[in-house]
Amino acid sequence: MQTLLDNRINRLLADKSQNKLSIYFTAGFPALNDTRTILMALQEAGADMVEIGIPFSDPVADGPTIQASNQKALENGMTLRLLFEQLEGIREGVDMPLILMGYLNPVVQFGMEAFCKEAARVGIDGLIIPDLPLAEYERQYKGLFESYGLKFICLITPQTSEARIRQIDALSDSFIYMVSSAATTGAKQGVSNEQIQYFERVNAMNLRNPKVVGFGISDADSFRTVGQYAEGAIIGSAFIRMLESSTSLKADILRFIQSIKVNSSNL
Amino acid sequence: MFSATSQGNFSVDESGYYGEFGGAFIPEMLYPNVEELREKYLSIIAQEAFQKEFYELLRQYVGRPTPLYKAEGLSARYGAKIYLKREDLCHTGAHKINNTIGQILLAKALGKNKIIAETGAGQHGVATATVCALMGMECIVYMGKHDTERQKPNVERMRILGTTVVPVTSGSQTLKDATNEAMRHWISHPVDTHYIIGSVVGPHPYPDMVARFQSVISEEIKVQLLKEEGTENPHKVIACVGGGSNAAGAFYHYLDAPEVELIAVEAAGKGVNSGYSAATTALGKPGILHGSRTLLMQTEDGQVVEPYSISAGLDYPGIGPVHAHLFASGRGKFYAVTDEDAMQAGVMLSRTEGIIPAIETAHAIAVLNQLELSSDEIVVINLSGRGDKDLQTYIDWGKY
Ligand SMILES: Cc1ncc(COP(=O)(O)O)c(C=O)c1O
Repeated sequence: MQTLLDNRINRLLADKSQNKLSIYFTAGFPALNDTRTILMALQEAGADMVEIGIPFSDPVADGPTIQASNQKALENGMTLRLLFEQLEGIREGVDMPLILMGYLNPVVQFGMEAFCKEAARVGIDGLIIPDLPLAEYERQYKGLFESYGLKFICLITPQTSEARIRQIDALSDSFIYMVSSAATTGAKQGVSNEQIQYFERVNAMNLRNPKVVGFGISDADSFRTVGQYAEGAIIGSAFIRMLESSTSLKADILRFIQSIKVNSSNL
Repeated sequence: MFSATSQGNFSVDESGYYGEFGGAFIPEMLYPNVEELREKYLSIIAQEAFQKEFYELLRQYVGRPTPLYKAEGLSARYGAKIYLKREDLCHTGAHKINNTIGQILLAKALGKNKIIAETGAGQHGVATATVCALMGMECIVYMGKHDTERQKPNVERMRILGTTVVPVTSGSQTLKDATNEAMRHWISHPVDTHYIIGSVVGPHPYPDMVARFQSVISEEIKVQLLKEEGTENPHKVIACVGGGSNAAGAFYHYLDAPEVELIAVEAAGKGVNSGYSAATTALGKPGILHGSRTLLMQTEDGQVVEPYSISAGLDYPGIGPVHAHLFASGRGKFYAVTDEDAMQAGVMLSRTEGIIPAIETAHAIAVLNQLELSSDEIVVINLSGRGDKDLQTYIDWGKY
């Protein structure tokens, strides 16, 4: 195994001084060529990590907001090939950890090895492929991902058994994506007691990997709350909704990120 | 009867694959549910009490065995001995209820009290609503909005049965999108809910489980044909394929009898190369959708293509992994039938035999025009459903 600080994700999450904010957006949305603009604006605004969504026609783990952004991105003409073109040279201006998040079929059609090669070349640090199950990952792709220095990030949910969480922890060496509740993306507002019990239960397991909470985190409040139980949180649907109504991406992204970071670090 | 062991080259292997197709490509959120099913389904359905209840309900409630009817008019017309396996006479009007009876008993054994399902033509939705009414379980059915419009009587049947029908407005608003939405519901309600998938699609163990419940079709054909013809094995078994559950059931006990030709009929829509088609084996390549690796209609970039067929039950961009394997291995022969040919065959069957078939089923009838038959050949066509639900489509088509 590689050392724990070998990758931008590991370096970011090794610093425990504050709660890390990760942003999800769908590539090709709102307009086809917004990818770089959004990434640069996120970097300037002080986001800590970014998940770039590869649009898919049938995103079964996603709620209405991200579904709609996927559909719009595809209508705009977004493809994986084009995404890699847009990301060409992105490391000249962006040093946040970058993660590609997408469903398995577009990746497989691109070719898994070609995908890893391109991802590594443009400076991607990790992959989230929700419908690539752990067993298939281990059987088919683990060696490949590792050889390109790409971290495979696994999800856990309130229903994931302790034994399986331990197994995922053993196989991971970046972070564990803690899905906040039994839901698709964007479903809930606020953080319930039941969720807190789940976070506490997982915390008590003393996993070796940091945890980042996603699904249903939408504002400074929920960001701050889950930050007590994890190293960071991911905001997706709320960010997409902001993009959708934005007239000036750069200014609106700055405002969005600050509203979350400033309001949550005050306490 | 179900056995806990797999049999032969065309059944699912230990890791959930049929050759290179199958598997369980599901998000982690669904892992506990699918894993629980995988661990328990074989032992539950092998239990004597389960089998007794299953076969008893099939007999008393569904009306099985369904007749294997020697269609003299059709036989004379095509110059072969043609039998129709009358799944249209099942309670609710199609084969779909064989599976929903099995799965509702399984859901009970797993301690689940809420049911969800997807439906295309509405036959699976009605069959699910029916068993939920029977067992006193809460039921939600997801149905593409487009399908709710072209299969209106089935929407109302489900509502009368006490089911909530949710029209799905994403994508092409047909079966694929209804399946997406049902999966999302299951992700959000993992503890108390069982998802009754309506065909041999989805993650392992669904394709195998549904095929086992539908295998009663070929189990009966063997017994019935032996009585009629002195042999269990016909020369050909023909079935239409949407996801492929009626075909899987009709083929099941013949998979390892190579002398029995297995003929699967897909929907060509307005023509295989018209851009309006659901002929998956002709147009698809290997890909991953709804939890399994199978043949899939998709763009070069791996986006799923919106299929088209006049028949809501065949309007799906994939096929069950078992059928992808039958196609790839050559064990199954795949044909495609256009809307127009299917509609004509539906009317032809109505006038020749006095049976108005479902439009899905009419595709299986229409393939007779594409086959070279001889007079001593025994052909069994799986008459998967009746045409009551399709009256409006027949009327709109109008050529009768
Ligand atoms: C009568 C009938 N036949 C066939 C089908 C297609 O399903 P499958 O391919 O799973 O048998 C349907 C689906 O709705 C149906 O209603």
